[in-house]
Amino acid sequence: MDRAVLLLVAAPLVLAALAFAMPSGRVRPRVLLAGALVHAVATGWAWASPPPPALGGWVAIDPAGQLVLVVVSTLFLVCAVYAQGYLARRQDRDNRSFVGGLLVLLAAVSAVAVAQHLGLLWVAIELTTLSTAPLIYFNHNERSLEAAWKYLVVCSVGIALALLGTFLLALASAGPGGPRSLLVADLVTAAPSLSRTWVRFAFVCLVAGYGTKMGLAPFHAWKPDAYGEAPGLLGALLAGGVTSVAFLAIVRVLQVCLAVGEVAFARRALSAIGLLSIGLAAVFLVRQRDFKRMLAYSSVEHMGILALGLGIGGAATTGAFLHLVYNGLTKGVLFLTAGNIHRAFGTKQVEHVRGAARLLPASGPVFLLAFLAITGSPPFAPFFSEFAILSGAVQAGAYGRAAAFLIGLAVIFVGMGATILGLVQGAPPEGLKLDPAMGDSRLTAGPPLALLALVLALGLWLPSPLSTLVGEAAALVRGE
Amino acid sequence: MTRWNDIFFILVLVADLFVLASSRLRAGIRAVATQGCLLGILPVVLASDATEIRHVALLALGALALKGVAIPWLLARATRESPVGREAAPLLGFVPSLVLGAFGIVAAVWLATDLPLPVPGMPRLLVPTALGTIWTGLLLLVSRRKAFGQVLGFLVLENGVFVFGLLLSDFMPVMVEVGVLLDLFAAVFVMALVMFDIQRAFSSLDTDKLSSLRD
Amino acid sequence: MTAMPYSLFQLVAFLLAPPLLVGVVGRVKAWMAGRQGPPLLQPYRDLARLMGKGVVFSRTATWVFRAGPVVSLAAVLVAGLLVPLGAPAAVVSFAGDFVLAAYLLGLARFATVLAALDTGSSFEGMGAAREVTFSALAEPALFLGLLSLVRSTGGLDLTHMLGDGLAAAWRTDGPALVLVGLAFFVVALAENARIPVDDPATHLELTMIHEVMVLDHSGPDLALIQYGAAAKLWLFGALVVNLLLGARPADPLAAFLAFLLGQLGFAVAIGLVESTMARLRLVRVPQLLVGASVLSGFALVLLLR
Repeated sequence: MDRAVLLLVAAPLVLAALAFAMPSGRVRPRVLLAGALVHAVATGWAWASPPPPALGGWVAIDPAGQLVLVVVSTLFLVCAVYAQGYLARRQDRDNRSFVGGLLVLLAAVSAVAVAQHLGLLWVAIELTTLSTAPLIYFNHNERSLEAAWKYLVVCSVGIALALLGTFLLALASAGPGGPRSLLVADLVTAAPSLSRTWVRFAFVCLVAGYGTKMGLAPFHAWKPDAYGEAPGLLGALLAGGVTSVAFLAIVRVLQVCLAVGEVAFARRALSAIGLLSIGLAAVFLVRQRDFKRMLAYSSVEHMGILALGLGIGGAATTGAFLHLVYNGLTKGVLFLTAGNIHRAFGTKQVEHVRGAARLLPASGPVFLLAFLAITGSPPFAPFFSEFAILSGAVQAGAYGRAAAFLIGLAVIFVGMGATILGLVQGAPPEGLKLDPAMGDSRLTAGPPLALLALVLALGLWLPSPLSTLVGEAAALVRGE
Repeated sequence: MTRWNDIFFILVLVADLFVLASSRLRAGIRAVATQGCLLGILPVVLASDATEIRHVALLALGALALKGVAIPWLLARATRESPVGREAAPLLGFVPSLVLGAFGIVAAVWLATDLPLPVPGMPRLLVPTALGTIWTGLLLLVSRRKAFGQVLGFLVLENGVFVFGLLLSDFMPVMVEVGVLLDLFAAVFVMALVMFDIQRAFSSLDTDKLSSLRD
Repeated sequence: MTAMPYSLFQLVAFLLAPPLLVGVVGRVKAWMAGRQGPPLLQPYRDLARLMGKGVVFSRTATWVFRAGPVVSLAAVLVAGLLVPLGAPAAVVSFAGDFVLAAYLLGLARFATVLAALDTGSSFEGMGAAREVTFSALAEPALFLGLLSLVRSTGGLDLTHMLGDGLAAAWRTDGPALVLVGLAFFVVALAENARIPVDDPATHLELTMIHEVMVLDHSGPDLALIQYGAAAKLWLFGALVVNLLLGARPADPLAAFLAFLLGQLGFAVAIGLVESTMARLRLVRVPQLLVGASVLSGFALVLLLR
């Protein structure tokens, strides 16, 4: 068994056990940092020298998986550093399950990235739901309990549907001459012998199930509540990490559809869902009163953009994979700084927050710049990925979809901008006493700033190893 | 031609209807436990050629232990803490949901005649039972107000998907099926924990109270 | 022609034996309660006693009230001619006679309900309303079950459906017929006012369904009603017993004796059910009846594939 693969999944699990067992709440965040570092090293090692498949082909790192690992690893490392400062300030809560849960999440997300067997993929995604549901309740109030319950129930139902879809795909491969296997490679090579009706049926169930996990409309009902009530740290990991692996799951299904020849149907479905998500997000995001819920709708929008990119195909697919990276990183910045603002002002309601730039000289401006980044302003990176999707759409002749996409982006820019500008600019409300412990510190403001700098740097210069990786990943489902 | 094996599938469907019609939570738990035990027996019933005895036995024992015993016990314990006894009138009345569930099952039987199975030699009631149970689970999830009723709906949904998985028992790796069962157990465990917290925070398991987050 | 004596025997049994069935039910209930119970022939003595009494009619009652018991008993007895009651064939049989039999029983119920409404008493009106509602809910169960039998045995007359055709039907459609049998048992409990639908032993009028409809009858009228109820129980028993016996022995005598034993078993089963279950709340009875209808519906769907 190759060592890199082992490290990616087993090391976080071992460290999670260590975190649960450790009695000291002060030292426990260091375990998180250790886990993130080990994971980052292993990811880099795997990128530099790709390891061979393991466990009989069940586990292998292909370009798409590697890309997701890179995003998740970076995000996790930044969040782990942030967590050192965050958890130090939240000594009032027992962070045992929080740290342990985050490490289990890391292991689960890595397992999804390296899984080549659809059954293993399912188990790992279910694990991401189970490990994060208790964490949403970290703030221990009624609203976060409600959010945790909705998240648990809706995502579990989605996962049950995804299981049905997985079984249906296995059934499709069980026909005469079929491979009778759930390994993606087997299904792709033996594609002509797969029963097309069942593959179509399976695709619908799988997109419904994994789309729920990704937060695509109309399965996104849990997202505003969960992202709104979860601590900013968890929101960053959910929005950047878990959605990326759910996207990867859909990519795997699309690989099979492409091989079987059902790709036209699949692409139409994905485009429709993508546009629906963008539209719904635009409607609900404008005049949203809670800025964390607004970020959740932004996540729905960007998942829609990813789905649209997959649905258009061709060059737009490369744009989608690029957007996966940039969106994940930028969402990290947004959620971490939103968390800082929430903590400093003591409220998430937009009407009570003003002058964040003055109160939090680091987090405020970074939040504003991150908003510019996520809505697609150059020179930040997401502009380039969204532009790639748009030009891919035009190249493919999907003018209607390109127009709808642009309109959605514009509406969201205006809506989000109005809210965020109001938050950041101006003077803080009188009578607001900033507890020094809740203001910006190196550990809580530094990581988002570093991440934003990375997003800016990627926008200015895309390193060729990354662009090669994105190209290889997109080649899996480009299909033209 | 109805074979006697079909009686197990019919019993699973009857258990579905019991869950739909029961207003007492304990009765619901008992119906789901019975369904779980039936699902533990089904792999044995289906494995007529007994090529992989170990696989079949493991699956049957796992399903029986987890779905028939452990999970109902967990739920019974979770509800013992709370004074909840009955489901207050659900969004859909008991008789309408019973009738709707029955219609769904009939529709499932009808649909299943049109779906050509690539795998030959399967009991003809398997797909209708699976689809009917999935439909019942979704109906329960949507129509029950108490958090507990929603968990029952989730369990019934998973049972339906499990029945579907039985179609593939001869080549689906044991690991995955055991993984599925364990995941289910873990999910219910976490749900029970959260329910306990809900009960403590809201003094009720009525999810109507969990409605302050909205746009 | 050797079957002719058995047609006669089954009619004689139908006319004489039903009160014995009621006696058996009472005895089983008493035994389950730890008592000795009334003698098995007590219902006959009750009927004789009632026949000797005089009748009291209310001033507001009309001829409808007087006709009720007579019409209802006549309908039940005619329905008995259509059902095989132990002999290989029913006395009268033609295609579609199961519909006539079901509606004759409905006519019996209708006559009783009309007589109850005719008295102008609110108790009886209440009982009539309940009886009619529950019968309306039980009817789909009965009819879907009968349709399943039609489909399974391929015949349209009760003689074939509950007799010759059953042996082959059980071989091919066993599980569906079990469901139908269960549904028929529940319908039998509902139509004969047994626990869990109605408690025949209650003396609280507000909780009664069937008993309260006949509160104003006395003397021979009451005897006719009680006898008619026993005959109806015998008929429903025949429905269930014929179905569950399935393949009957070729020898007509053995078949007849098996039928009688089956009826006895049916009575014991009712006694056991009445002793072990509590009567359902009135709002829950529809659920039970809808459940029985769903079971019959299932069976039909299974057979239609």
